[in-house]
Amino acid sequence: MNKDLPGWVDFGLLPLLNLLTAFLVAGIVVLAIGENPLEAVRHILYGAFGYGNGVGYTLFYTTNFIFTGLAVAVAFHASQFNIGGEGQAYLGGLGVGLACLMLDQYLPWWGILPVAILLGASFGAIWGAIPGILYAKRGAHVVITTIMFNFISFSLMNYIINEYLKMPGNASVQSRTFEQSAWMPKLTWLEGVMPGISTSPANLSFVIALIACVFVYILIWRTKFGYEVRVYGASPSAARYAGISTTRVVVLTMAISGGLAGLMGLNPVMGDQTRIFLDIPQQAGFVGIAVALMGRSHPLWIVFAALLFGTLYQGGAELAFEMPSITRDMVVVIQGLVILFAGAMEFMFRPWVARAFSMREQENG
Amino acid sequence: MTAPAIQLQGISKSFGSVHANRDIDLTVEKGTIHGIIGENGAGKSTLMSILYGFYQADRGTIAVDGTQVTIRDSDAAIGLGIGMVHQHFMLVEPFTVLENVMLGAEGGALLNKGRAEARQELQRLEKEYELNVDPDAIVGDLPVGLQQRVEILKALYRGAEILILDEPTGVLTPDEADHLFRILGQLRAQGKTVLLITHKLREIMAITDDVSVMRQGQMVATRHTADTSVEELAELMVGRRVLLQVDKGAATPGKVKLEVRNLEVVDDIGVRRVKDASFQVRAGEIVGIAGVSGNGQSELLEAIAGIGPIASGEVELFDISGEPTGWRPRHGLGHVPEDRHRMGLVTKFTARENTILGYQRDAEFGSGMFLDRKAVLEASKAQMERFDVRPPDPSLKAANFSGGNQQKIVLAREIEQDPDVLLIGQPTRGVDVGAIESIHRRLIELRDAGKAILLVSVELDEIRALSDRILVMFAGEIMGEVGPEASEREIGLLMSGVRAEDAA
Repeated sequence: MNKDLPGWVDFGLLPLLNLLTAFLVAGIVVLAIGENPLEAVRHILYGAFGYGNGVGYTLFYTTNFIFTGLAVAVAFHASQFNIGGEGQAYLGGLGVGLACLMLDQYLPWWGILPVAILLGASFGAIWGAIPGILYAKRGAHVVITTIMFNFISFSLMNYIINEYLKMPGNASVQSRTFEQSAWMPKLTWLEGVMPGISTSPANLSFVIALIACVFVYILIWRTKFGYEVRVYGASPSAARYAGISTTRVVVLTMAISGGLAGLMGLNPVMGDQTRIFLDIPQQAGFVGIAVALMGRSHPLWIVFAALLFGTLYQGGAELAFEMPSITRDMVVVIQGLVILFAGAMEFMFRPWVARAFSMREQENG
Repeated sequence: MTAPAIQLQGISKSFGSVHANRDIDLTVEKGTIHGIIGENGAGKSTLMSILYGFYQADRGTIAVDGTQVTIRDSDAAIGLGIGMVHQHFMLVEPFTVLENVMLGAEGGALLNKGRAEARQELQRLEKEYELNVDPDAIVGDLPVGLQQRVEILKALYRGAEILILDEPTGVLTPDEADHLFRILGQLRAQGKTVLLITHKLREIMAITDDVSVMRQGQMVATRHTADTSVEELAELMVGRRVLLQVDKGAATPGKVKLEVRNLEVVDDIGVRRVKDASFQVRAGEIVGIAGVSGNGQSELLEAIAGIGPIASGEVELFDISGEPTGWRPRHGLGHVPEDRHRMGLVTKFTARENTILGYQRDAEFGSGMFLDRKAVLEASKAQMERFDVRPPDPSLKAANFSGGNQQKIVLAREIEQDPDVLLIGQPTRGVDVGAIESIHRRLIELRDAGKAILLVSVELDEIRALSDRILVMFAGEIMGEVGPEASEREIGLLMSGVRAEDAA
C-alpha cells in the first residue's frame, strides 16, 4: 500500500488525524482521572497563547524544538537516525557559553553572536560527526553510538562545569553569569502586539531558528550536496553507482545535523540563563525526533510541529498549575501520546485514507 | 470428460483507476501444462495472485475441479490443492531442505514426529518426480536450480494438484531449465496440472499443451500450442507485428577502446568473484558476456564501471588516437547498471532528478555548490523527447514509469553524455516486448556510430542477437569466446563450466 496521495493529504490530513486521535485518547485519560477534558484543553491553549508571557514561553520552547527537529530531519535525509540531539545540543551550549565567557568583557552581544554561533555549531558538529565517522568507517550503528554519546556528554559536561567553570565558593554547579551586554536581546519589538513577551525567556534565537529552516531547505533541495544526501538516503546502492562517497555524505550530514542541534544552545544559554548550567537541552534533543517525524523532515512542517510541542510544553505547565489533579507527569503522558500517534505511528491511518481515495477515484472515473 | 482443473469466469480486478484484470475467462484442463504469456504489466501476476488468494477479484468466479470456490488467502489456495513457486524463492536459507519443506506444516509443537513423517514423504516425492535433493542440505548452499526444486517439493508436500510457476527459468542455465521441464513433464504424467507464467516464447513452444495470451489486463487468445507459432504469439502479446530478430549488419570494429587486463575481484568475505579476466572491446562492436546470473558478470561490470572494488589487474580506456586516457567512472564510460531499481534510478525521485544521477557535480548542471534546476529540467525534457519516454513528464516519479520507459530514462542519461565506451547490464530485464525491440535497435545504432559496447545479459537470446563476440563466464572465470553463430548447446556447456576441449 504505497500509493501516492495528494500532498495535502500526506502533509495535512494525515498528521491532523493522528493529532486528533492523540487528543482523543488523552481526553479519555483526563476523563478517567475525573477532570473535564475540554476544560483541560482550554487551560493548555490559554497557557500557551492567552497572554504575552505565556506566548513568550511557547516561542522559547518552540525555538529549541525547531533546532533539534531540523537536526534530526537533516540526518533523516541521509537515512541516519540521529538520536544524539540531546548530547549535541549540550555540547553546543558549552560552545555558546564559552564564546560569551571569553568575549563578554570586550564585545556587545552582536559582536559575540557570530563567535557563539561558530563555537556552538562546531561543538555540536564534532559531537555529531564522530558517530558519523564510526558508522562510515566501522559500520557502528548511529542509533547506538549517538545514544552512547548522549551519556558521554552528560558526564563530560558535569566534569567540565565542576572542574573548570564553577565559581569558587559557590555551591551551585554553573558558570558565572555573563555580562549583561552579552545577553541575547528579547523580542521587545513584539511588545506592542504581545504585551509581556519581554518578561519571558523568548529571545532573538527564535529568528535564528527560522533562518536555520531556510538554510536547511536550500541545503537539501537546492545544492549538489543536498542532492547527494537525498540520493544516499533513498538508495545507498544508487549513490554508489553515482560515485557518491558514503563517508563524505554520512560524516558531513551528521556534522551538519549535530551543528544544528548545537545551535540550540544559543537559546537557553545566551538568551535565557546567561550562564553555562547543568542539563542545558532539557529533553529538547529527544522531542526533536518527534518534531522531525511529524514534520516529515521538511523545514516548513517542522516549524509547525515544533510550535505544537512548544504549545504542549508551555500549556501543559499551565494545566498542571491550574488543575492540580493533573500532575506534571500527566502532562508528560499527554505529550507522550502525541509523540506516539504523530511520530511513531505516523502511517497508522494511511492505508484507510488511501483506500477511501481510490474508491472515490473509481466512482469519479 | 472431467471438469477442468481451473475455470475462471469474468475475473476483474482494479487498483485505483488501473484495471489490472478485465473480464478474464480461463480454462485449464486437468493434467496439462498451460502457459500464460504476456508483456510486463499485462496482468499475469495479478491473475495468479487472485488464484493464490493474495488478492480478491472485484468480480467473477473461480471454479476448481468444477466446484465454485472463494479463495480468501493462500491457506485457502493450498487447501484447494493450489501450489505456487514464486519467481523469488521464499526459502529460509540457513535451514535445511527438510526444515524448509515442513515450514508451516510442522504438525505439532514438537518437531520430532513431524520431521520423521516429512522425511518419509519427501523421499517418496523425490522418487516419483525426479526431484533429487538431499533433505539435510542447507538451502543457502544449494545452487538456484536445486533451490527451485525445493520450492516445488514444498508445494507438492502440501498436497498441490495444481502448480503455478512464475517465470521459473529466469535464474537457470539451459541445462537446468531442461531438467525443470522434465520434472514438469513428470508432474503432468502423474496427473498434476501446471500453470507456467513466462515471457519466453521458446519455453511455451517447448513444454506447454495450451497457451493463453494476456495483453493490457485482458485475455486476448487461447491456443493449442501445437496450432500456433512464435510469431503469432508475439503478435498477440504486443498487438502488432514484432521483429523478433534484430536487424543488423556486420560490425566494423575499429581501435581498442577498453582493455581489461588480469582483473581480479574479491568480495567482502574473501571469495574471488572474478578470476583473471582479460579482454578488449573495440570501437564499433558489441561484446556480450553470457552466463547464468551470479557467475561474476555483475562484479566484473561494476569493477570496470569503477563502483566495485578491484583486487588486482587493470582497466584502461583509450581515445581516438589509441592513447590511454584517464579512467574516471561515468565520464567517457557510460554505465547502464543491471538493476535499474536499485542502482540506475532512485525510484522515489522524479524523472528530472534522475537525469543527473552520477553527473550531479558536472558544471552543466550548475556552477559552484548549487544545482541549476532549470538546466536539469531542460536536459530531462530533451532526453525524454529524444528517447520517446512515455509519458514525457519530468515531474513524474521514476517508480511510476513502466519498466521499458524507466530503462529508456537510464539509457538516455548515459548515452547523452556521449561516452566512447558503454557498459550495459541486462538492458531489457522487466521490459516489455515492444520496448525491447526499440532498445535493441538503439544499441545497434550506437554500435554503428562507433561506440564500444560491453553487454552483460542473462538472456542468452539477447546476447546472441546483439553481440559480435560472446564471452562466457562461469564461476568468475571467462570460459571462452565464441561468435554469435555458436549453437545454444555450445554456449550452454560453457555456461555450466565445461570447456570445449573437456566436452570432446
